[in-house]
Amino acid sequence: MAIAENLPSTTTERPIGFGRLKRKEDARFIRGAGTYLDDIKLPGMVYGAVLRSPYAHARILSIDTSAALAHPNVAAVVTAKDLETLGLAWMPTISYDTQAVLAGDKVRFQGQEVAFVIATDEYSANDALALIDVEYDPLPPVVNARKALDEDAPLIRDDKSGQRDNLASPTWEAGDEAATDAAFAEADTVVARDIIYPRCHPAPLETCGIIADFNPQTGQLDIYNGNQAPHAHRTVYAHVAGLAEHMIRIRCQDIGGGFGNKVPVYPGYVCAIAGSIVAGVPVKWVENRSENLMSTGFARDYIMKSEICAKDGKITGLRVDVIADHGAFDSTAQPTKFPAGFFHIVCGSYDLQASHVKVKAVYTNKAPGGVAYRCSFRITEAVYLVERMVDALALEMQVDPIDLRMNSFIGSDQFPYETTTGWTYDSGDYAKTMCVAMEIADYAGLRREQAEKRARGELMGIGVSFFTEGVGAGPRKHMDILGLSMNDGADLRVHPSGKAVVSISAQTQGQGHETTFAQIVAEELGIPPEDVEVRHGDTDKSPYGLGTYGSRSTPVSGAAVAVVSRKVRDKARAIAATMLETRPEDLAWEKGRWFVKGDPEQGALIEDIAERAYSGEAMPAGMEGGLDAQVIYDPPNLTYPYGAYIAVVDVDPDTAHVTVRRFIAVDDCGVRINPMVVDGQIHGGLAEGIGIALMELISFDEEGNCLNSSFMDYLIPTALECPDFELGETVTPCPHHPIGAKGIGESPNVGSPPAIVNAVIDALYESHGVDHIDMPCTPARVWAAMQGRPQPPQ
Amino acid sequence: MNVTITVNGREASHEIEPRLLLVHYLRETLDLTGTHWGCDTSNCGACVVLMDGQPVKSCTILAAMCDGHEIRTVEDLERDGKLDPVQEGFHERHALQCGFCTPGMQMTARALLDENPDPTEHEIRTAISGAICRCTGYKNIVSAVRWAAEHEAATKQGA
Repeated sequence: MAIAENLPSTTTERPIGFGRLKRKEDARFIRGAGTYLDDIKLPGMVYGAVLRSPYAHARILSIDTSAALAHPNVAAVVTAKDLETLGLAWMPTISYDTQAVLAGDKVRFQGQEVAFVIATDEYSANDALALIDVEYDPLPPVVNARKALDEDAPLIRDDKSGQRDNLASPTWEAGDEAATDAAFAEADTVVARDIIYPRCHPAPLETCGIIADFNPQTGQLDIYNGNQAPHAHRTVYAHVAGLAEHMIRIRCQDIGGGFGNKVPVYPGYVCAIAGSIVAGVPVKWVENRSENLMSTGFARDYIMKSEICAKDGKITGLRVDVIADHGAFDSTAQPTKFPAGFFHIVCGSYDLQASHVKVKAVYTNKAPGGVAYRCSFRITEAVYLVERMVDALALEMQVDPIDLRMNSFIGSDQFPYETTTGWTYDSGDYAKTMCVAMEIADYAGLRREQAEKRARGELMGIGVSFFTEGVGAGPRKHMDILGLSMNDGADLRVHPSGKAVVSISAQTQGQGHETTFAQIVAEELGIPPEDVEVRHGDTDKSPYGLGTYGSRSTPVSGAAVAVVSRKVRDKARAIAATMLETRPEDLAWEKGRWFVKGDPEQGALIEDIAERAYSGEAMPAGMEGGLDAQVIYDPPNLTYPYGAYIAVVDVDPDTAHVTVRRFIAVDDCGVRINPMVVDGQIHGGLAEGIGIALMELISFDEEGNCLNSSFMDYLIPTALECPDFELGETVTPCPHHPIGAKGIGESPNVGSPPAIVNAVIDALYESHGVDHIDMPCTPARVWAAMQGRPQPPQ
Repeated sequence: MNVTITVNGREASHEIEPRLLLVHYLRETLDLTGTHWGCDTSNCGACVVLMDGQPVKSCTILAAMCDGHEIRTVEDLERDGKLDPVQEGFHERHALQCGFCTPGMQMTARALLDENPDPTEHEIRTAISGAICRCTGYKNIVSAVRWAAEHEAATKQGA
């Protein structure tokens, strides 16, 4: 077991393949020379701005744009009426619902798009918004998801024929209800909790934006846009705008973070495209921070009722009943056949007798979303639920929460393991990983320290979580989005000089693909990573694939790159055999070179083979010239990374302020391509988890007004809220992934919130009787809980 | 109105709207797009530049207020083909991922080291607490600033 502590200086480390290679992309970023969306200026470009609804629910009586149109710098004002003539008033969501591009009949959430102004500059476009006069007739809003299906609840989606209530998605089930009832009947301990995973927002530092450039002469639509799935976006635009797919080109240059927020197509994008088609010039639209927080993809918002049971000191059963708040339009992100995403991984890391899950989704007068904020579709909600329930059970049983987990884990000899909800976990040694975390934390020492502090009236808490994630969606027989299989392509060309270009369909938002994907090629072909250029973010120059979210990059796209490299290596073997006048099967491989078995002096380097492949010399019989290959990778299964996290918190008894003093994260993500990048991913996800557990919340008042629409009140952790994270690792290679990797980006966000909340409860149970609290654990909410008045976060 | 501002050592005069924010003056008028914008409320720090050596959030400073003042942006960190130790530290310690907060973080770090060449971890965390990074969890940023401090000290000793 290796423990990765403070990053060593690795200036001299230059691995040919896997290892702590410094990032190639840094060179432009440290100079401020990245090219983010708002850095791009096209000749003749004009600027768009969106007028938004001040009401959560209101009928639109009239829209008067005459004063805005009279503004000297305004070129056009687009409303729903104009979009109707283009057939663009409504657009499909990724959950087979429809969403208004601009509201025509009524507005259904505060911040909804009502009109789009195009002007010669950004300031004028925003000035003109104030000149548009919209007359509204306010309607009662549905804010509380638990009341959305009440008889007297106002109907939100009266645009949908046949829609009589606010049900967005009917009850979806997984697991075995009867077997679960039996497990509960046999159990000796049963605990119930109502647990909310409140609405939060990915809030990448760069907001969403687009430049649409339609050329009426050629019919070509060029789009510049920071999104996480450029090929899927292009297909959607072809359907929405009725444009030929091959005449649309999407370029994603540098992206200032995504975290799921940049997966969907937003109304502002369609407005800019419509604007460019109408105006015949490039139209740029970049949302401001309030627009980002109020209207684009929120995350979570799951209201969960759950029971967990145990028998003879071991967890045996779990049942969960969820109401999902999907907002005004159902644009949750997940594969088609999984309306609650992968929430049914809620059986966690435990060898249960049975489990049963029910999820139904409702419409409310809130922004649409349900994106996976740095998690694989709804796994964050699932892990939070089960890890809170296990702690509640441990509290009831008066046992140590780690002991209960250890007694209940799936054994390392049980893999591949079929869960009670139908997942096939590929590999794992959970107890070992838990032990590494306990060792780094000095768990016994922490418990002693806690006892001493309690005696002095100090409130210290130790919280544990153990998660299993399912990432890398996914096998085409099970998973698609809008009918598109969740596969990824890779195209590798080794040039005559031995330098290579690999084109991929994954879309970096900071993950470091330009470095790590070059390392995969380097590992497989034995050429230096600096000789491999990674191309991405241009639909004209990369193979089709579904992009980067759900920790897909390494499990799917990374596998594609490994497989395509091996195809090139196989071709190189045949060419080398011709060069060495022997048979391919008589050659053996070492990094960068094929050589004759038994005569290692006789060999050919990849660069010599590449030179030969493009030369006038003979190729193997029947083989075309060149040294390149192409693949579309269809993963046989998800990969299942896991980890053991321990949080140590101090709660100020006077102010109820929670400080995360230590955070220990031991991840098993299989083989690590670049451990430096992996550690960086973990640090970032832990910070987001601290934010969600303690600070980040999108909430609404009774009128449906969004109360967290800027960074003044949507609080994101700074360097002062984050501890000096302590990382460890175990490595259990994924058996079905070409390089044994499992994906890491989202594990820390998935695993950290329950550890922190468990720690807060651990700090407060003995002294204050707090056995439950909902996130975020702000001082006000912790204080209320300490006084015996817990507040749900609505 | 007309303003004369020295940006990265070059003085220039421009006719501007009185309401023009410094961040927009830098990005739109001067095409210095290394300074980013991330919020409207002075919370995120992506737009931090140095004004007369002090870190300021350029989204809440009017260009008009900079008349006669000196501004330094990320584009001026590298001089004569030599990276600033802060830039080197960020690369060495993997203190950036998407790169969007990086210019503001680096300028904040530069201002800190100019005032306090040997900051403790807590002093670094406090100094950068006005800036948000969504990717790194700050650990490697703290490490990068220490790297820069140590290398700057070593260079001065060697000189």
